[in-house]
Amino acid sequence: MARLTLTGIRKSFGATAVLHDVALDIHDGEFVSLVGPSGCGKTTLLRIVAGLDHADQGRIAIGDTVVDALPPKARDIAMVFQSYALYPYMTVRQNLALPLVMRRLSRAQRLPLLGRWWPGAGARRAAIDAEVQRVAAPLGLAPLLDRRPAQLSGGQRQRVALGRAMVRQPQVFLMDEPLSNLDAKLRVATRTEIAQLHRRLEATFVYVTHDQVEAMTMSDRVALMMDGRVLQFAPPQHIYDDPADLRVAQFIGTPQINTLPATRDEGGLTVAGRHWPLALPPEAGARPQLAVRPEWWTVQPAGTPQARPGVVEGTLAHQELLGAETLLHVRVDSVAETVVARVDPAQARTLALGAPVSLATARVLAFDAAGHRVPQAEWMGVRRLAVAHG
Amino acid sequence: MRPRPLWFRLLRHALLAGLGLLMVLPFVLMVSISLKPAHEIFAPEFRLLPEQWHAWQNYSLAFAKQPLGRYLLNGLLVTACIFAAQALFALPCAYALAKLRWRGRETTFVFVLLALLVPPQVPAIPLYIGLWHLKLLDTYAALILPSTISVFGIFLMRQFFRTVPDDLLHAARLDGLSEFAIVWRVMLPTALPALVAFGLLSLVWNWNDFFWPLLVIQTDTLATPPLGVVFFANAEAGTNYGPLMAAATVITAPLVIAFLVAQRWFIDGVTMTAVK
Amino acid sequence: MADAMSLPAAAARPRRRAPGAWAEALAGWTLAGPAIVLMWLMLLGPAVGVIGLSFTDWTFGAPQIAWAGAANYVELWGDRVFWQSLRNTLAYVAFTVPASVFLGLGVALLIEAGDRGRGLYRALFFLPVTSTLLAMALVFQFAFHPTVGLVNQALGWLGLPTTDWLKNPDTALYALGVIGIWQALGLNMVLFLAGLKAIPKDLYEAAAIDGADGAWDRFVRVTWPMLGPSLVFVVTITAIRSFQVFDTVAVLTEGGPNKATSVLLYQMYQEGFSFLRSAYAAALTCVFLAFVLLLTWAQTRLLDRRAHYG
Repeated sequence: MARLTLTGIRKSFGATAVLHDVALDIHDGEFVSLVGPSGCGKTTLLRIVAGLDHADQGRIAIGDTVVDALPPKARDIAMVFQSYALYPYMTVRQNLALPLVMRRLSRAQRLPLLGRWWPGAGARRAAIDAEVQRVAAPLGLAPLLDRRPAQLSGGQRQRVALGRAMVRQPQVFLMDEPLSNLDAKLRVATRTEIAQLHRRLEATFVYVTHDQVEAMTMSDRVALMMDGRVLQFAPPQHIYDDPADLRVAQFIGTPQINTLPATRDEGGLTVAGRHWPLALPPEAGARPQLAVRPEWWTVQPAGTPQARPGVVEGTLAHQELLGAETLLHVRVDSVAETVVARVDPAQARTLALGAPVSLATARVLAFDAAGHRVPQAEWMGVRRLAVAHG
Repeated sequence: MRPRPLWFRLLRHALLAGLGLLMVLPFVLMVSISLKPAHEIFAPEFRLLPEQWHAWQNYSLAFAKQPLGRYLLNGLLVTACIFAAQALFALPCAYALAKLRWRGRETTFVFVLLALLVPPQVPAIPLYIGLWHLKLLDTYAALILPSTISVFGIFLMRQFFRTVPDDLLHAARLDGLSEFAIVWRVMLPTALPALVAFGLLSLVWNWNDFFWPLLVIQTDTLATPPLGVVFFANAEAGTNYGPLMAAATVITAPLVIAFLVAQRWFIDGVTMTAVK
Repeated sequence: MADAMSLPAAAARPRRRAPGAWAEALAGWTLAGPAIVLMWLMLLGPAVGVIGLSFTDWTFGAPQIAWAGAANYVELWGDRVFWQSLRNTLAYVAFTVPASVFLGLGVALLIEAGDRGRGLYRALFFLPVTSTLLAMALVFQFAFHPTVGLVNQALGWLGLPTTDWLKNPDTALYALGVIGIWQALGLNMVLFLAGLKAIPKDLYEAAAIDGADGAWDRFVRVTWPMLGPSLVFVVTITAIRSFQVFDTVAVLTEGGPNKATSVLLYQMYQEGFSFLRSAYAAALTCVFLAFVLLLTWAQTRLLDRRAHYG
């Protein structure tokens, strides 16, 4: 079975440590994304799994086999490179066939001219050709089999790269930012295709990307990496609703989550000069940080009773009208970045630039000063409303 | 890079060092002979360094017999003039071919390509006849004039100029630069690496050219280095090897030293022109 | 040179093309003009002249020149020395090109195969390319000397046969060939190094995953095919340069012994400048040009077929 286990992976390039003690347990048939900003180590990790680089410490197991000592070709993996790495001097057919040719034909049978007539070569080559056809058809490559990569479009080349990976029916598919060379529209279409491919093949996919939308929409679980560490490894919705680290919360979600510094006071916290009746356990420390997703704010009209416990006041610096919703950029004292709220256009209609605005929320995420998540946060007293998930 | 086994690395070094030594051997031999007296040169066993140092005698004899310094100077003068002329004519033409629209452009480029196919020895006879009529044989002009046009230079610089973004030129024109000024103030600085590469190739080619100077030069004071070597060899009747090798060393030294000092430039230059 | 060629800001009078385009065209002609004139004067004109001259009977200094039709070519066809020169030149090319190309490739591969000493080895092998061939030819002359030359001393020490390399009609051409290989190797090495560097690393990685990770497999599946265009280019350049062999012949053997090292260009030089038979030499030049053009055409065809990689 194609379960992929990584334990204690460490890697340094010279004096720079790139991966710190990475551990992942990927289930058979799962689609896992490695996502993070550039330089976080995700591509290095993928290459170590492939066998193209070696970890300084740690262990990799595919199924029940420990593969650290095995060369890439023996690990039963396939890889789709960012640049596709198609052999430019071979036709599509030859590109797709090469993995099988290298595996199934002996050295003698592979010789350029003589190999064709070597005993046994003919039958094996015919079998290989049949498999190439089998893989090419669903990818729409059948009419392109005799072309060279230079004659194909970007999307077609990508599918050839996918086909070449599929033809060996490996246990694990590794993909290194395969969509980054495509234009935006094609990217969306190919995303769906890859997801469908995964369902059809029922194989384990490890997918590296810096694009959080790709990671969120395609994966069973997302491993968010920063600075060589896995900050969280969980299903997409879980990462969104229940981030383990402030950096995770800030990386996922557009517009970016609002971060509000807080100090403890009598009966709760002081946030931007206002009192929030929010109780935090002692582990949160003296200077916790709160985070509020833009869609959790509502506009608190002046002179109306306070509907939600968490309120900030500021002036409206900027509005972005998106049609289905409006983004309000509110400048709040003692908060460095403007607070962004995603509201219904009706709420924003009466607001003017520069006018005072109050935003209120009933939902909040709490983190300590170092960014670690503090799960138990409770609104106190009046009307227990929706609280942060514990 | 996968770490290679030790035996492979040793083999690699052995092969490269061995063959490399063979490549360098002629230079070593040349210097070695230039340091020896005659009886040691013809001695049955070969020794690297002389027992009796004859360097001073060989080298001073070499300089006395023939104007070696003059040959080097001629080499420098001729190659410098040729390159200056080549740059002067090739750069504007390359710019016109790369960036301007004019009716003769495509035709001219076709002719440039055709001219590239013609080896330098083909025009020799008519050029010689022409110079003879103009009474310019056996002069510096005869050495320099035919090489003032370098179609290779035009081709190379055109390829380079084509990669310069058009917006840069639009901005320059808005700033009031004439087309002529654009060539020298905008295009030249951008294409400096290509020009340097071309300059090095031009330098090496013209310094070492033998065929044309052989045809047009009789006077030894006008000889370029290769021709000077031949004059020297003829004067020596070929058996006085010590001074002969001394002369050869002196002639070869400038380019070799230039190469050792500016290795990267030479190699990058050759690579770049080949890629284009 | 013309000055102040700025494009006019507004259209003055209606012309067939906008005044801006007219000024641009003028600029184009003015900037390219001198080069075009020189190109015709020094290169293309004389090249056409040579072709024309080969159909006359002119000898240098003769007062009259007359049309001779194909007489020179007929004479060429029957000239024993010409066929000898042609054979020699082709033999020289056939000897030096494969040797210097494959040695250059081998050296480039070896250099790229390791991390240490690359700069040093590159310099060692490229050094001969910058040297003045004639000066080094004299060194080779000494090395080929029958008794005190290094070559015979080394061969004698190894127990191999020796001969007077440059004076023996069977070996003279190949001795010159060795000098040619010596000088061409470094240039080919540099060109192959560039070609090797241009191969994307992830092709090798994809091949490793596909199962081709041994040195032989990597070479056959990735390196050799990707070097295709480089190879054609290097072979053509080396061949054309080999065809132009002249310096060593002129200085070391003067075409001898017994025309054993007479090559096309040397015969052209002799006929045109020693014997002053300009028209005949022109005919030889045209044959020379024809072969070079043939080589170039072959290169373009080969490149077209192989290198549709994009």
